[in-house]
Amino acid sequence: MRYLFKTDYRQDTSLWRHRGDLFWYGLLGIVLLVIPFVLGEFYVGELGGVFVFAVAGVGMMLLAGYTGLISLGNAAFLGIGAYTDAILLSHGVPLLIALPVAGLFTGLFGIAIGLPTLRMSGLYLAIATLAFGSIVGTVFQKWEAITGGFDGFAVPAPDIFGVPIQNATGIYYLSLAVLVIVLWFSANILRTPLGRAMVAIRDSEISAQSMGIHLARYKTFAFALSAFITGLAGALFAHYVRFLAPDAFDVLLSVQFVTIVFVGGLGSLHGVVLGALFVRLLPQFIAIVRDDLPFGIGRMPGLEPSLYGLVLVIVILFEPGGIYGRWIKIKRWFQAYPFKRRTSFRRQKSYARSERLR
Amino acid sequence: MSLFRAEEIAIRFGGIRAVDAVSFEVNEGEVFSIIGPNGAGKTTIFNLISRIYAPTSGRLIFQDQDITDVPPYRIAGLGIARTFQNIELFANATLLQNLLIGRHCHSTVGVLSQVLFLPFVRRAELKHREKVEEVIAFLGLERYRDTLIANLPYGVRKVVELGRALCIEPKLLLLDEPSSGLNVEETEGMGFWIEDIKKDLGITVIMVEHDMNLVRMVSDRVMALNYGKVIALGTPNEVQNHPEVVRAYIGGEG
Amino acid sequence: MEDAARLLQLVVNGAAAGCIYGLIALGFVLIYKATEMINFAQGDIMMLGGFFAFALITHFGLNYWVGALLAILLTAAFGFALDAVVLRRVIGQPQFAVVMLTLGLGFIFRAAAGITWGYDSVGFETPFTNRTINLGGLILGQDNVSIIVGTVLLCGVLYLFFSHTRLGIAMQASSQNQLAAYYMGIPVRTVFSLIWAISAGVAAVAGILLSPVSMIDVNMGFLGIKAFAAAVLGGFGSIPGALLGGVVIGIVEQLAGYFLPAGFQEVTSNVVLLATLILRPQGLFAEIAGKRV
Repeated sequence: MRYLFKTDYRQDTSLWRHRGDLFWYGLLGIVLLVIPFVLGEFYVGELGGVFVFAVAGVGMMLLAGYTGLISLGNAAFLGIGAYTDAILLSHGVPLLIALPVAGLFTGLFGIAIGLPTLRMSGLYLAIATLAFGSIVGTVFQKWEAITGGFDGFAVPAPDIFGVPIQNATGIYYLSLAVLVIVLWFSANILRTPLGRAMVAIRDSEISAQSMGIHLARYKTFAFALSAFITGLAGALFAHYVRFLAPDAFDVLLSVQFVTIVFVGGLGSLHGVVLGALFVRLLPQFIAIVRDDLPFGIGRMPGLEPSLYGLVLVIVILFEPGGIYGRWIKIKRWFQAYPFKRRTSFRRQKSYARSERLR
Repeated sequence: MSLFRAEEIAIRFGGIRAVDAVSFEVNEGEVFSIIGPNGAGKTTIFNLISRIYAPTSGRLIFQDQDITDVPPYRIAGLGIARTFQNIELFANATLLQNLLIGRHCHSTVGVLSQVLFLPFVRRAELKHREKVEEVIAFLGLERYRDTLIANLPYGVRKVVELGRALCIEPKLLLLDEPSSGLNVEETEGMGFWIEDIKKDLGITVIMVEHDMNLVRMVSDRVMALNYGKVIALGTPNEVQNHPEVVRAYIGGEG
Repeated sequence: MEDAARLLQLVVNGAAAGCIYGLIALGFVLIYKATEMINFAQGDIMMLGGFFAFALITHFGLNYWVGALLAILLTAAFGFALDAVVLRRVIGQPQFAVVMLTLGLGFIFRAAAGITWGYDSVGFETPFTNRTINLGGLILGQDNVSIIVGTVLLCGVLYLFFSHTRLGIAMQASSQNQLAAYYMGIPVRTVFSLIWAISAGVAAVAGILLSPVSMIDVNMGFLGIKAFAAAVLGGFGSIPGALLGGVVIGIVEQLAGYFLPAGFQEVTSNVVLLATLILRPQGLFAEIAGKRV
């Protein structure tokens, strides 16, 4: 078992806890870079999809996991980013400019939804974002002049300095690059006053204010940042699916983002990637076992959302820490062996206390 | 020298006058206690000073500056820190992170620099860490640095509340019932810390308290409230023997 | 004169639709007042109630009134069981978790209903289907009128129940401080499960009343989103508010469809919702209180 012996404050500000972590991350990096040369196009394409969803997951995690702002409308941000990117490209803007611009433009919408919802508590915010997502979805459908409505919007195939991107390998590396950058930004935020302010807002708004944290500014910023990142994911998504249909950005997609964050483990960046992996693999899993399921369940429409539902329920009931939480528990079990006791991981009984009293 | 002044401060909740034309002055370097039965309006006054509530009338003057209309998030930057009666720590963060959040009002780095974690951001982080370690050493919290607040016992959390307020490096410290929930030894320890805060750190303290021993031990002056009004103001002895105060606590002939 | 009749027709239709929204919203508010949980699956419970009635009346051939009552009781029992088995475990967890849990449950209910009864719309014979009633020269569908009348009756019963029984006070206590309620000897968990049962029963009533107007199908629970708007508009702590909010939204929707260009009707409820949340978050009735520190 490794003991972490800290000798310098710098260790607490760094991104890895010790040399061992650095080694493993490095190894992971090399493996990821090499994968497209080893695996077939299908798997590379799927992994690219995982990275795209992971980017959206980071956006969701920063908002919900770190600032405690529940959003059920992030699919709207994805859609805005996707359509913006596609439209810019169709006007000849190069991809490397269209991508961040799509993100920034979506960020503005984040501010637009963040400002009026400042005073809303968790539950009302969830409802408001749900309504917002719904309205934006309807706009996508009706504003045919821009989005092409139900006819769809074929995304132009871009290239970066002559290298065509809209194929499995291109999407893979592009999304991986964006994911790494976004993860790095998020990890940075978490070790600075900015991230701590967000966590403070999540845990106790009143004392956060007493510490000098300007609630309105930070909440709006959280929304803007989340929208920016989800917008980037949206642009990537556009190239992943190559054809934009307005009903793709519905509540089910927002729920998928939330599932990523929950299943991965609320509050951990590792969890985002694990969650994205899980959420993207689930349809594959369904496709494989579909014919073997009894009672013809496999042929039922609505199987996918119901499985998402089942997963959500199971995770929340039995492992609120998500996959990452379970991984940590397993690691601790091995590290403490043979001293593990059955009560090591017992969760404390929690009692509800109303937040409503004055 | 007057550090803080409340002039005819008042607030009403519907028909109830929670605080009714209260005036008092706190001098620099003193420990000023506010006592009174439950519901007298003591915590409400703190909430008014830290601007969580807005007064319906009256003024608050801090260092000759009118802070009556200052938004709540500016209060820490002005040098006023407070603890909460029911402990409002950030439960899902570690002790260290809680104290570092206390340093927020001293943070000067911009958003973009933080996102990119430029070298001077790291240097600023280390500076804040050093300051926080001073507070940790002062309060003896070393062994709990990396523990989540949710896993800490109540007595320790009270101390962390105090520590977080100290990290603001305030000129005025508002302590809301620092001894509630603490046993005799812990209360004595709290008293020693308050004395150290006054003598070594030179911080002015306003304290809401029920424990009269603690009040007598550390206070320079005491103010007694009842039903939102001031009923006595003076040294601990004067106030404790004041007939109005006795009547408020114990009751007497009408 | 004809326009006035048309408008009145719209208002009645809107009020009827609004009553359904209001009933679902009522279920939300009941659960929220008691446990501060938001049940995103409320609409889907309405759907289940409707299907139960369908099964009892068409498959088992029961009389409408008997079948309906049985369906309501069955759904109430289902709600009770749901709380006892599933929801109880998440009390005390952050609101987000509960929201997602009920969302997930909604998905499961829809799939289960689809597997059991198929994905087509179904209906059953009611005393109100395709009949009209003549009120002062105005011809109204009995189905719509039955919705309004049924809702009013149900709300009357509920109001009396909550304002004149100990159970209501026990529910309030349990919601404000669960631990203290335990100390006072209130069987908190049973009380909560009873609330869920009542809420589910109300949802079943909504489903049954709705069936003659629009058939029963797996996705009818999506009305739940409009019910949100109703609950918010009425102010989340208020039972009469929920109903009133529903009726307002129902009527506004109908009027929007009549006066505004096509395509705006869909977004009406969402726009009302957002506007309320932004401009008057406490809704028409309730008060939002701050946390006491």
